[in-house]
Amino acid sequence: MYSKGLAPLAAATAVVLTAALVLVFFYAPLDADQGFVQKIFYIHVPMAIVALCGWVAGGIFAIRHLRSGDASWDLRSYVAIHLSIILGLGVLITGSIWARASWGHWWVWDEPVLVSFLVTFLLYCVYYPLRFAIEDPERQARYSSVFAIAAGAFVPLNFTAVRLAQAYTHPRVLSETGGTMPGEMRLTFYVTLIGMVLLFVTLWKLELTAKHASMQLKRLRRQRAERREAVAA
Amino acid sequence: MFFAAPALPLDEAGKYVAGAYVVFLALILIYVAIMAAKLVRIDRELTELAEEDDR
Repeated sequence: MYSKGLAPLAAATAVVLTAALVLVFFYAPLDADQGFVQKIFYIHVPMAIVALCGWVAGGIFAIRHLRSGDASWDLRSYVAIHLSIILGLGVLITGSIWARASWGHWWVWDEPVLVSFLVTFLLYCVYYPLRFAIEDPERQARYSSVFAIAAGAFVPLNFTAVRLAQAYTHPRVLSETGGTMPGEMRLTFYVTLIGMVLLFVTLWKLELTAKHASMQLKRLRRQRAERREAVAA
Repeated sequence: MFFAAPALPLDEAGKYVAGAYVVFLALILIYVAIMAAKLVRIDRELTELAEEDDR
């Protein structure tokens, strides 16, 4: 059901990510200000963009779940949020390493971009206890969907608020007008971003496939137990 | 308050860049390893179920 196209997708992810790494280390020029440390940008920013989009996607799947009542949409929402939390953890760690290399500090509390991402990450960490504290599967899916929608709406609002406070944030390297990146850097960034999107979709489909197989197995066991009980009676 | 520092020399910057990419790789590898363990468990349980049916 969910495994359709997984193998070519995984192959495409491997090819694009390998190409991205080659571009990062052998094609993209060194940044005039930051030098070699700027290479962290190519992994940190695409991860952040994909994590934020994954959280929003989780909210959209949750809307579809509440509208249709189909539990598969809740599963899609859960897996998207779960993967985004893993990427979010990567964003925070790589961001910290970058901050240490560039500013001499592991964390800077008066930097709105960092703190707003941490707030969003912590908000989504609440999703797990909320979801798994509810035993009834239908209620679990419904409550989780409501949370996913509310939190999913918070993500773009938070992003917009930080963008509006431009004067206080670090320089923008990407914008509607092209930003300040030279062409080679921009090409490398876009290839890395495509690779990250492909990686997210591949892992999302892989986890959905595993979860679906596990659910099918449980269903088979339940049916067998019911048949045995019927025969015994 | 922080100030933009001059670019780090390559030997010093290298360890930070390597650290960031290793973190990314480690996260993906741990995730894939957990998924692989789950799939192995499902496969084993399915085999057990099929064997029970054959008996």
